[in-house]
Amino acid sequence: MEKKRFVPRSFLIEVLVLAGIFTLVQYLIVSGLLNEYYQINLSAMCINIILAVSLNLINGFTGQLSLGHAGFMAVGAYAAVVVTTIYSQSFILGLLAACLAAGLAGLIIGVPTLRLKGDYLAIATLGFGEIIRVILQNIDFIGGPAGILGIPRYSTWPWLFGLTIFTIVIIANLINSSYGRAIISVREDEVASELMGINTTNYKVLAFVIGALFAGLAGALYAHYFYIIKPSTFNFLKSFDILVIVVLGGLGSTTGAVIAAIFVTMLTAALQTFPAIRMVLYAVILVVVMVYRPQGLMGNKEWGRRTFGRIWGEKNEPLANK
Amino acid sequence: MLEFLQQLINGLSLGAIYALIALGYTMVYGIIMLINFAHGDIMMVGAYVGFFSIAVLGSNIFAALIFAMLSCAALGVLIEKIAYKPLRNSSRIAALITAIGVSLFLEYFTLFLLTPQQRVFPEAAFPLHKYQIGGLLVSNKDIFIFVLAVILMIALQYIIKRTRTGKAMRAVSLDREAAILMGISVDRTISITFAIGSSLAAAAGVMIGIYYNTINPLMGIIPGLKAFVAAVLGGIGIIPGAMVGGFLMGILETMVSGYGSTLYRDAVAFGVLILILLVKPTGLFGKDTGEKV
Repeated sequence: MEKKRFVPRSFLIEVLVLAGIFTLVQYLIVSGLLNEYYQINLSAMCINIILAVSLNLINGFTGQLSLGHAGFMAVGAYAAVVVTTIYSQSFILGLLAACLAAGLAGLIIGVPTLRLKGDYLAIATLGFGEIIRVILQNIDFIGGPAGILGIPRYSTWPWLFGLTIFTIVIIANLINSSYGRAIISVREDEVASELMGINTTNYKVLAFVIGALFAGLAGALYAHYFYIIKPSTFNFLKSFDILVIVVLGGLGSTTGAVIAAIFVTMLTAALQTFPAIRMVLYAVILVVVMVYRPQGLMGNKEWGRRTFGRIWGEKNEPLANK
Repeated sequence: MLEFLQQLINGLSLGAIYALIALGYTMVYGIIMLINFAHGDIMMVGAYVGFFSIAVLGSNIFAALIFAMLSCAALGVLIEKIAYKPLRNSSRIAALITAIGVSLFLEYFTLFLLTPQQRVFPEAAFPLHKYQIGGLLVSNKDIFIFVLAVILMIALQYIIKRTRTGKAMRAVSLDREAAILMGISVDRTISITFAIGSSLAAAAGVMIGIYYNTINPLMGIIPGLKAFVAAVLGGIGIIPGAMVGGFLMGILETMVSGYGSTLYRDAVAFGVLILILLVKPTGLFGKDTGEKV
C-alpha cells in the first residue's frame, strides 16, 4: 500500500482550479472586460446554484417534495435587508440574520408539515410558501406589496463565489457523513430506516431546516445584488424554477444540481426577451425528463474527487470500506 | 344578519364554481392517485374556448358552454395519454412533477399564443340583472351559476351511481387489479374520468368568465389551488366531499373578504389546507383506512 497523503492530490487540484476560476473572473471584472450583462448572469448563476443544491438536499436526498423554497428565499432576503438597509448594519450580520430567520422558518414549517407524505407535503409546502408571501405583503414596515428599494450592492463576486462554494462543500459533506446516510435511508425506505433505529422525523426536519437556511442565504445574496426586493418576486413560480433545475440535474446529485443551475441560468439569459417561450420550454423539460429519464440527467451520480482522482491515478476504495 | 346572508349568497355561486373544479381533482385522484396540477389550467382553457365561441363565433352562452366542455374533455384525455399514462407505474413524485410541467405548459403556451392581456368576457352574452329580495341583492349571474352547477353535479352523480361507466369508474378506483380481472378496460375508464373531470372544469371556466368578467392565461392557478384545497377539505377521492368542500371554501372566502381583509383571502385557503392536513388528513368525509407497509 502506498504512503497515505495527509491531503489528497485531487483536493489540492480542486482548490487550485477553484482559485483559478475565482482569480480569472475577478480579474475580468476588475479590468472591465466582463460587462454588466455577463456579471448579472454570473451572479444569478451563483444564486441559482445555492438554491438548487439546497433544494436538492430536501427533494433529492431526503425525498420530501417541497414546493416552498421561494418562501424561505424571501424570508432570508427580507431578514438580511432589514438588518443592512433599515438598521444599516454590516453585510455579515445581514447574512447571519438571513440564515437564522430562514432556518427558523424552516423549523416552524417543517415540524408540522413533514408528518405529511408525498403529494400532500408538496401542496402544504406550496401553501406555506404562499402564506409567507402574503404575510410579507401585509407588513408595512418592510414596504408591503411595493417591497424595499435602494438596497446596497454588497453581493460582490468574492462573496457570491465564496458562499456558493461554501454551500456546496457543506451540503456535500453533510451527505457523506453519517447524518447524510441516515437522510438517504429515509428517502430509500422510510419504514426500513425507522426499523434500523433512525428517527426519520428528526432527519427530515434537519434536512429541511438546512435546505431552508441556505435558501435564505441565497435570498440575502439576491437582495444585495439586485437593489430591490418585493414579495411578488418570491411566488411559487420561483419555487418551480428551482424545481426545474433540481429535476433536470437529477434528484439526489449535487453535481447535477450545479451543472443544471449553470445551464438553466444560461438558458434563461438567452431567452430573456421571450419569457413565455422560456416557461414553455421549462414545462417541456419537466415532462420529457420525467417521462423518459425520471432520475434526471445525472441520476444520483456525482462528479467529484473520486471521479477526478481516478484521472490522476489515485486509488479509490469502495465507500463501504472507509 | 342581513349582511351575513348576503355574503352567504355571494359565497354560494363562488363555491359552486370551486365545487365543480374540485370534482375533477377528486375524480382523478380517486382513480389514479395523482394530483392533477394542470386541472386549474384546463379550466382556464375552457374559459378561453367559451370566450372565443361567444366573441368570435357569436354563439349564445349555452352553446359556448357545451363547446368548451367538449374541447376540454378532449384536452383532458390528450394530456392523460401523453403525459400521465407513461408514468402510471413510476413514483408519485415523478407524476406530480409531470403534472406541474403540464400545468406550466398550458399556462405559458396560452400566454405565448394569446398574449398576457386580460380579455373582457362579452357582456352581451349574459346581460346582468339584479333582483332585490327582502333586502338581499341577488343577480341572475349568481342564480345561473348556482343552478347550472347543481344540475351538472346531479348529472355527475347519475353517471357515477347509475351507469355502467360509473360502475367501472368506482371499481377501478377501489381496486385496479381486481377491476382488470373483471374485464374492465382500465385505460378507457381513466380516459372517461379525465374527460368528465375536464368538462366540469371547462364549465367552471366559463362560469368564472361570467363571475369575474375578465379572463387571462394565468387565471387557472389560484382557483385551481383553492379547488384542490376544497377537495382535500371534503376528503380527496370522495365525490360528495368535493361538492361540500367547494361550497365551504367559496363561502369562507367571501366571508373573509367581506369581514376581514381581501389581502388575506388567498392565505386563508392555504391555512385551511394545512389545518385540515394536520388535524384530519383524510378530510371531512374521509375514513381512516390505515397504512399498508
